[in-house]
Amino acid sequence: MEVAKDPKTRDGRRTSPVVYDRACLEEVCGSCAMRVNGVARMACTALIDSLAQPVKLEPLAKFPVVRDLSVDRSSMFESLKRVKAWVPIDGTYDLGPGPRMAESERAYAYELSKCITCGNCLEVCPQVNDRSSFMGAAPISQVALFNRHPTGRMLAAERLDALMGEGGLDECGNAQNCVRACPKSIPLTTSIAEMFRATTAHGFRKLFGS
Amino acid sequence: MGVMFNRTPEGLLDFRRFGGTKFHRTAFAGATTGQQLLYALDEQVRRFEVEGLVHKHEMWEFLGLVRDSDGNCRGIVALDCVSMRIEAFPAMSVMLATGGPGIVFGRSTNSVINTGTAASAAYQEGARYANGEFIQVHPTSIPASDKLRLMSESARGEGGRVWVPRARGDKRAPKSIPESERWYFLEEKYPAYGNLVPRDIATREIFQVCLMGYGVGGKREVYLDLTHIPRKELDIKLGGILEIYEKFVGEDPREVPMKVFPGMHYSMGGLWVDYAADPRHGTLDETSPRNQATNVPGLYAAGEVDYLYHGANRLGANSLVACLYAGKIGGPAMVRDGRDRGARLPPGDGAFAGAKKKWEMEFARLARLSGPENPHVIAEEMGDWMTDNVTVIRHDGKLAETDAKLQELAERWDRIGLSDRSSFANREISFVNQLRNMLVLARVMTRGAGRAPARGVPRRALQGARPREGGHGRKRASARRRELPQNDDRRAHRGWPADHLCGGEHVADSAAPAEVLRDRASQRLTGKLPPACPERSASTSAARTLRPPPLTGRSTSCPTDRARTSSRS
Ligand SMILES: Cc1cc2nc3c(=O)[nH]c(=O)nc-3n(C[C@H](O)[C@H](O)[C@H](O)COP(=O)(O)OP(=O)(O)OC[C@H]3O[C@@H](n4cnc5c(N)ncnc54)[C@H](O)[C@@H]3O)c2cc1C
Ligand code: FES
Repeated sequence: MEVAKDPKTRDGRRTSPVVYDRACLEEVCGSCAMRVNGVARMACTALIDSLAQPVKLEPLAKFPVVRDLSVDRSSMFESLKRVKAWVPIDGTYDLGPGPRMAESERAYAYELSKCITCGNCLEVCPQVNDRSSFMGAAPISQVALFNRHPTGRMLAAERLDALMGEGGLDECGNAQNCVRACPKSIPLTTSIAEMFRATTAHGFRKLFGS
Repeated sequence: MGVMFNRTPEGLLDFRRFGGTKFHRTAFAGATTGQQLLYALDEQVRRFEVEGLVHKHEMWEFLGLVRDSDGNCRGIVALDCVSMRIEAFPAMSVMLATGGPGIVFGRSTNSVINTGTAASAAYQEGARYANGEFIQVHPTSIPASDKLRLMSESARGEGGRVWVPRARGDKRAPKSIPESERWYFLEEKYPAYGNLVPRDIATREIFQVCLMGYGVGGKREVYLDLTHIPRKELDIKLGGILEIYEKFVGEDPREVPMKVFPGMHYSMGGLWVDYAADPRHGTLDETSPRNQATNVPGLYAAGEVDYLYHGANRLGANSLVACLYAGKIGGPAMVRDGRDRGARLPPGDGAFAGAKKKWEMEFARLARLSGPENPHVIAEEMGDWMTDNVTVIRHDGKLAETDAKLQELAERWDRIGLSDRSSFANREISFVNQLRNMLVLARVMTRGAGRAPARGVPRRALQGARPREGGHGRKRASARRRELPQNDDRRAHRGWPADHLCGGEHVADSAAPAEVLRDRASQRLTGKLPPACPERSASTSAARTLRPPPLTGRSTSCPTDRARTSSRS
C-alpha cells in the first residue's frame, strides 16, 4: 500500500508498483505465497519488523510467473481435480441428516482441512521440478482428508488410483521439506505416510481382486 | 458437502451461541466455519468443472452490463486481468455474487477484493441500491495498519469476556489487575446476554467506553479475555482464530487477554432484489423468476452484494445461510427467467460489440491518465473519511462534510496519473476503474446515512436491529418495500426507510457532538439514563411486528416504547 503510493526504483526513479497477488491478508486465501528473503512463505503474515533488511522478494519458482511476484498456481488445482478432492453428493434433493462422526476423528480431519493451496509445499519440494510431474504434498494430503470423510470415502479407491498413477506418491523423495514450509502446520508427512500404506493395501486388494 | 462440523460426544452436530442469541443454535467447524464452507463450495465447483457443467473464467473482472435496446440485461463485459483483453459475454441471465464493499472503508475485516466495484457499476447502469448505509461494524477486530482482522464472535460465544480496567489509563499488565478492578461492562449492563449482546450494541458500548477514556492504556482498545478457559478447549474450539491473533500481534491469547476494537465488517445493504410470494400461503413462491431479481430485467444478485435478509443488523453466521439460500432460489429463478424471456441474443448482435467498444475506449482513456494525483492516496482518504464518519457515529454535519469530500475526491480522480502503463497484467488500471466505482458507492452510503427521519434518539438503532433468522428478515423487508412508493430515479435512498441503524449512532444535533455523546454514555453507564433495552426489543415477537417510524418530522419516542406498543398490536 505505502509503496504503491509512490513507487521508486533503488536509485530513486519513479516506476510502476510491483504486481503481486493477495486477497484476505490473513492466511485464508493462499494467494500471496512468495519467497521472502529466500524463504517460501505467505507474504501477508511476514511482519516487516521481524525480517532482515533490506527485504528481498521473489516469486515462487515452481510455478509460471505472470508478472513480478504474481504466479499461476493452476497446476495445483488441476492436481486436486485429478485426485477428486471433493465429497460426492447430489445436491438436488434432501439427503437427510449427515453421517455421525467421532469428535476425535473430526478434530484430526480439521487439521488437514486447513490447507489454503498456497503452493509453498511444492515450492520447497526437490521432487517438484521441470523433469517430473510430481503433484506435491498438498493434493496427497487432501486425499487423506477426503478418504477420512464418511461420505468422501465413497471415492476412496479412485483417489488412491490417482495417487498410484503418474505424478503420484511414487515420486515422493521423502525430503520432508513440505511439512516445515506449511504455513498451517498441516501434518503433511504423516498424510503421505498414511497414503503410502493405503495405496499399498489398495494395490494388494486390486491384485488379488478382493 | 463435506464440511466436518464439530461433534458432540454422540457424534451429532454440536452448536454454539453467537451475539444476540440466547440459544446454542449454530453449527461450527472449529473457529473457521466460513472458511471451511468456502473450501467445500470451491471443491464442489471443481467437481462440476470436471463434469463439464461449469466453466470458470478466473482472473477476469466484471466491468459492466450488456443491455439490449429494451433495457434487458443480455450479458456482461469483462476484463482479462492478465492479457488486459476486454470481452463481451452473452448470457440468458446474469447473477452478481460479488460480495461486500468493505474496501470503501479503507481498512475492514473484508478481503481486499471486496471493493463493491461490480455492485457500483450495476447501480450506475440503473440497478437499484438499497440500504447502502446499513454497515455492520464488528465489535471485535484486531487493529492494524493494513487490515482489521476479525476476532470472530465465536470467541465470545465460547465464553470470552470483554473488560477494561476500572481506572482510566491503568498501565498495569492485564493479568495483574484484580477482578474487583476490572469493569466487565457488557456483563454488568446486559445481564441476560452478557458478552453476547448483538453486534451493534457491543460495538457501541466498546466505542463509548473508549470515548470516555476507559480504553486500555487510554487507547481505542478493550480486552477480550479468554485466559480463564483451559488451553486445550481453546485450541479445539478457537484454534484458528487464536493462531491468527498470535501471528499478527505476537502475543498468546491463551495467556494474555487480546486487545480489540470495532471494525467495519459487513454490508447489510446492497443491490435491491425482489422475491415473489405464493398467493395461496403467503410464503415464498420458490418457482418464481422474480426471486433475487434486481430491477434490471435479466440481472440477479445474491450474497453479500444483495440487500435482503438481514434488516439493519446481521446476526452471526446468518450471512452464509443467506448466501446459500439466495443461491438456492436465485439459480432456478435465473434459468426460468432466461427461458421466459426467450432465446439469448446472438453473439453477433450489435449490443455486445457496442458494450465492448465502450469499455475498450474507457480503458484506453484510463491508460492515458497522466495527472498529478495518485489513486492509492485518494483511496486512503476515502477510507479514512468513511471510517471516521459513516460507521459507528454518524453526525449530520460530518455526513455532509463527507459527501463534499467524496465529491472533491471524485474531481481529483479525474487528475490521476497512472503509474503503470504496461498492457500486461496491469493492476493499476483496474484499480483506478474500481476506485471510481468505490467513490460512487461511498456517496450512496453517506447520503443514505443522512436520510430522513432525523434520528435524535440514539437507541433508534435498537428497533428492528435484531431480526429473526433469514426468512423473517425477508418478510419484513418486503413488507416495508410495499409501503414505499417505488421511485425509479437513481437516488441513493431506495429500498426501505432507514428506521434503524447498524451498530451506528446517528447524531442529529450538530452542537458539540462528542460532548453530547460522552455525556449520554456516562449517564447511561452510571445508571442515570436507562440502559438500552436489549432484552425487550430483542424479543422476536416485537421485532416481527415493528413498523417503521413516520417518514417526516422528528421521532423522539424511545424505541423501547415503540417495541412495547407494537408487540401489543
Ligand atoms: C473475516 C470474516 C469472517 C466472517 N465470518 C462469518 C461467519 O462466521 N458466518 C457468516 O455467516 N458470515 C461470516 N462472514 C460474512 C461472510 O463471509 C460474507 O458475507 C460472505 O462470504 C459473502 O459471500 P459472497 O459469496 O456474497 O461474496 P464473497 O465471498 O466476498 O465473494 C465475492 C467474489 O466476487 C469477486 N468479485 C468482486 N468483484 C468482482 C468483479 N468486478 N469481477 C469479478 N469478480 C469479482 C471477488 O473476487 C470474490 O471472489 C465473515 C466475513 C469476514 C470478512
Ligand atoms: S493474502 Fe490470503 S493468504 Fe495471504
